[in-house]
Amino acid sequence: MDFILRYFEKIGLFVLYIINELGSLIIYLWNCILSILRYSVNVNNLFDQMAFIGMDSFYIVGLTGLFVGMVLSLQAYYAARIVGVTYMIGPTVALAMTRELGPVLTALMITARCGSSMASEIGTMKISEQVDALEVMAVDPFYFLSVPRIIASMVMLPIMSIVTSLIGIFGGYVVYKFFLGLNGAVFVDMIYKYIKLSDIYNGLLKAVFFGIILATISTFKGFEASGGSKGVGRVTTQAVVLSSIYILFADYILTSILF
Amino acid sequence: MIILENINKSFKNVKVLNNLNISFEDKKITVVIGRSGEGKSVMLKHIVGLLKPDSGRVLFNDIDLNSINKKELNELRKKFGMVFQDGALFDSINIFENVAFPLRQHLKLSEGDVVKKVISALNDVGLSGIESKMPAELSGGMRKRVAVARALILEPETVLFDEPTTGLDPIMSDVINNLIISTQKHFKYTGIIISHDIEGAYKTADTIAMLYEGAIIEKGDAEKFKTSDNPVVRQFVTGSMIGPIVI
Repeated sequence: MDFILRYFEKIGLFVLYIINELGSLIIYLWNCILSILRYSVNVNNLFDQMAFIGMDSFYIVGLTGLFVGMVLSLQAYYAARIVGVTYMIGPTVALAMTRELGPVLTALMITARCGSSMASEIGTMKISEQVDALEVMAVDPFYFLSVPRIIASMVMLPIMSIVTSLIGIFGGYVVYKFFLGLNGAVFVDMIYKYIKLSDIYNGLLKAVFFGIILATISTFKGFEASGGSKGVGRVTTQAVVLSSIYILFADYILTSILF
Repeated sequence: MIILENINKSFKNVKVLNNLNISFEDKKITVVIGRSGEGKSVMLKHIVGLLKPDSGRVLFNDIDLNSINKKELNELRKKFGMVFQDGALFDSINIFENVAFPLRQHLKLSEGDVVKKVISALNDVGLSGIESKMPAELSGGMRKRVAVARALILEPETVLFDEPTTGLDPIMSDVINNLIISTQKHFKYTGIIISHDIEGAYKTADTIAMLYEGAIIEKGDAEKFKTSDNPVVRQFVTGSMIGPIVI
C-alpha cells in the first residue's frame, strides 16, 4: 500500500514541479514584455544577438537542411517507386521541409547551439554576481540580457528556417537528379504545382513561436543558476532539454491549429 | 541616511538576519565586521534592494525601499555604487567598456566625454593603459580597482564595498584601503564596507559595527573596538579560537 502511495506522491510532486516551472516561466515572460514596454531595446545588443543566432548558425543549420533534404529524397524514392509516383518526390521534400522539418530542425539546432550558450552565459553572470551588478547599476537584467535574445531569436528563427528549407530542397533536388538519375525539371515543376503560400508562411509562423520558446526558456534557466559551475552545467542541460520538449510539443499544437 | 529597521531574513528556515537594526551616517565610512556566513552580504544586498526582508524596513533618505515600485527603485539605485567581492566585472567586454557601462546606460554623453571620464576614473584608481584588456587578464587587486572606478564613475551618494580586501595580499589590501579613504575624501560619499579584515577596518572606518547571529552587537569607533569588553567582540578582533563564538 505504501509503495502505491509513494508512487502517486512522486507523480503529484512531478505535476506540481511542472506547474510551478510553467507558472514561473509565464511570470518571467511577462516581466520581459514589461521590460520591452518600459525601455527601448538596445539596438547594438540586439544586432549582436541576431548575428549570433543567425549568421553564426548558418553552417550548422545549412548542413542539417542539406543532409535531411538528401535523405528525404532518397527515402521518398523507395516508397514512390513502388506505387510509380516518383514525380511526387519534389513536393514531398518541399512540403516536409517548409511545413515541418525546416522550422523544427532549425529550432532544435539553434537550441543546441545558441540556447545552451544563452543559459550558460547568463548562468555564469548570475553566479559571478554580474547580474546583481547590472541591477545595482539600475539596469534591468531582463531588458539587458533577455529581451534582445528573445527578439533576436523570434526574428532570426524564421529566416534561418527559410535557409534550412531551401538548402534541404536543394539537397533533395541534387539526389533526385544526380544520384537517382531522374528528371530535375519534374522535381521543380511539381513543387510549384503542389506547394501553397500558406505552407510557407504557416511554417514561418511556427518558427517565430519556436524562437520565442527557445530563447525564453534558455534565458529563464540561466537566471535560475546557483551553486557554481555545476549549477551552470545543470541549467544549461535543463535549458536544452526543456526547450526541445516544448518546441516539439508546440509543433504538434501549432500543426493541428494551422494546417 | 540609510537605516535598517528590525530586519528579519531567513533562507530555507535558516534565520540569517535577526531583528537587525543599524543606521549609516552620511558622508562617513562604516565598516560592518563579522565572521563569514553571518549575513553581512545579505545585509548589503538589502540596502540596494537586491533582497527584500521578510519583515522590517530599509530606509534611504526616509524612503522605504519596499514601498516603491521597480522604476522608482532603479532611480534610487543610480545614487548607489557597489564594489562586489570579486569585482563582478562583465567578462565579455574590455575594461574600458566595463567602466563606461554606467555612463552609456544612464547619461547621454559624446564618445569623447565618455573616453575622458573613463580614463580619468581609471587614473583615480591608479590604473592607466589597461583599457583594452579583458577582466580575465587582470590580477585580483586590479579587478577590484577597476570595480571601484566603475562604482564611482557616476559619482554616487553611497558606495557599498563587499569584502574589498578578501583574497588580496597585505600590500594590495593596503592599496585598496587607501583607495577607499582617498576616494571617499574626494567624492564625499557614504561608504559602507563589509569585511572581516580588522586592520583594514581600523584604518578605513569612521564607525565600526559588528554583526553576530544576525544582529548588531557592538557599534563605535576603532578605539571602542580595541578596548571592548564584549567577549564576542574581543574574540573576533583578537582572532582567537577560544571564546563564546561557536566554531
